[in-house]
Amino acid sequence: MVIYLKLFLTFLKIGAFTFGGGYAMLPLIQEAVLDNGWMSNEEIVNFIAVSESTPGPFAINSATYVGMQMGGLFGAFCATLGVVLPSFVIILIVAKIFDKFKNNKTVAGCMTGLKPVVIGMIAAALLSLAKTVFIPNGFSTGIFSEPSFYISLGIFAVMTVLAMKKAHPILIICISAVVGIASGFILGL
Amino acid sequence: MNEKMKRIFTLFITFFKIGAFTFGGGYAMIPLIQKEVVEKHKWITDDDILEIIAIAESTPGPIAINSATFVGYRTAGFFGAFFATLGVVLPSFILISVISLVLEEFQDLKAVKYAFFGIRAGVLGLIVKALVSMYKKCPKKTVSYAIMIAGFILVAFLKVNILLVIIGSAILGFVSSVAELRRDD
Repeated sequence: MVIYLKLFLTFLKIGAFTFGGGYAMLPLIQEAVLDNGWMSNEEIVNFIAVSESTPGPFAINSATYVGMQMGGLFGAFCATLGVVLPSFVIILIVAKIFDKFKNNKTVAGCMTGLKPVVIGMIAAALLSLAKTVFIPNGFSTGIFSEPSFYISLGIFAVMTVLAMKKAHPILIICISAVVGIASGFILGL
Repeated sequence: MNEKMKRIFTLFITFFKIGAFTFGGGYAMIPLIQKEVVEKHKWITDDDILEIIAIAESTPGPIAINSATFVGYRTAGFFGAFFATLGVVLPSFILISVISLVLEEFQDLKAVKYAFFGIRAGVLGLIVKALVSMYKKCPKKTVSYAIMIAGFILVAFLKVNILLVIIGSAILGFVSSVAELRRDD
């Protein structure tokens, strides 16, 4: 019982405090799943790949996935309900008072702070995920003699360029997977 | 079936389709919503789409949910909102539930491990790209840069609670915009 309530409340909070689309939710999800010990940083990155290669919003995908892992189908239901509910209720209210809301200076003012902070927080999430990817066992000078370090770095560099050139995320994930499998078996990582 | 129930049913099907066929969620859904809801069913206008984007950006929660709820409400009231939202959520929910079971089965395979080793590095590239495009859309003001950098440092190094950072920056944004208005007067 406790886990279902916890999943619901955690994702309710995430749904209520995420502003902006796409990865805006990432810092909050990362903090929640790490604090609760539900997922590791490595699992988070794995999951982002799953989410990018399946349809649907990142928010719903991650709520369903974390819920499913921690509490089966009912857990998935509780987490997804939690992440959806704040939007649903707030939009119903806003749809009624839309004309007042549209020109509200308080809302517009808050947004001038929220937009940039989301970027800073995603950058922070990226940094900690990058640590897990490049130096999974913590930093030591030994890392520079590990082939896996250079392979990861190479994949990252090429895929960033491809992503900037608007390559489709699924293509990027497929190429990364092939390079990962090939180098894994060749080098016996 | 009366007219309203027909609408609600069509809303559900339409948003189910939107949920099932857009990758990346959020903004990626807007063109599809426009095609289905504005051009095909003529439930709302292009102006409404712009309003939806503006609202979705300034209210919490995923853009996909915000737009489904808003379009549903405008089209058929509360039940319209309910079924449109249910429709957009359902494909993800079903698919991810299945995948999470399948993934568990295969995660110990060597090939899968190697694949994810490569994929993890590639995913970082996707996040970098998302960051750059968000940065381009952000207003270029001193206050914005200050809040961006402060948010990064507070979360990355000082491990400050994210809710506090979000609430603090909303207040700061509000105060700075009030100050700006005063100065302009």
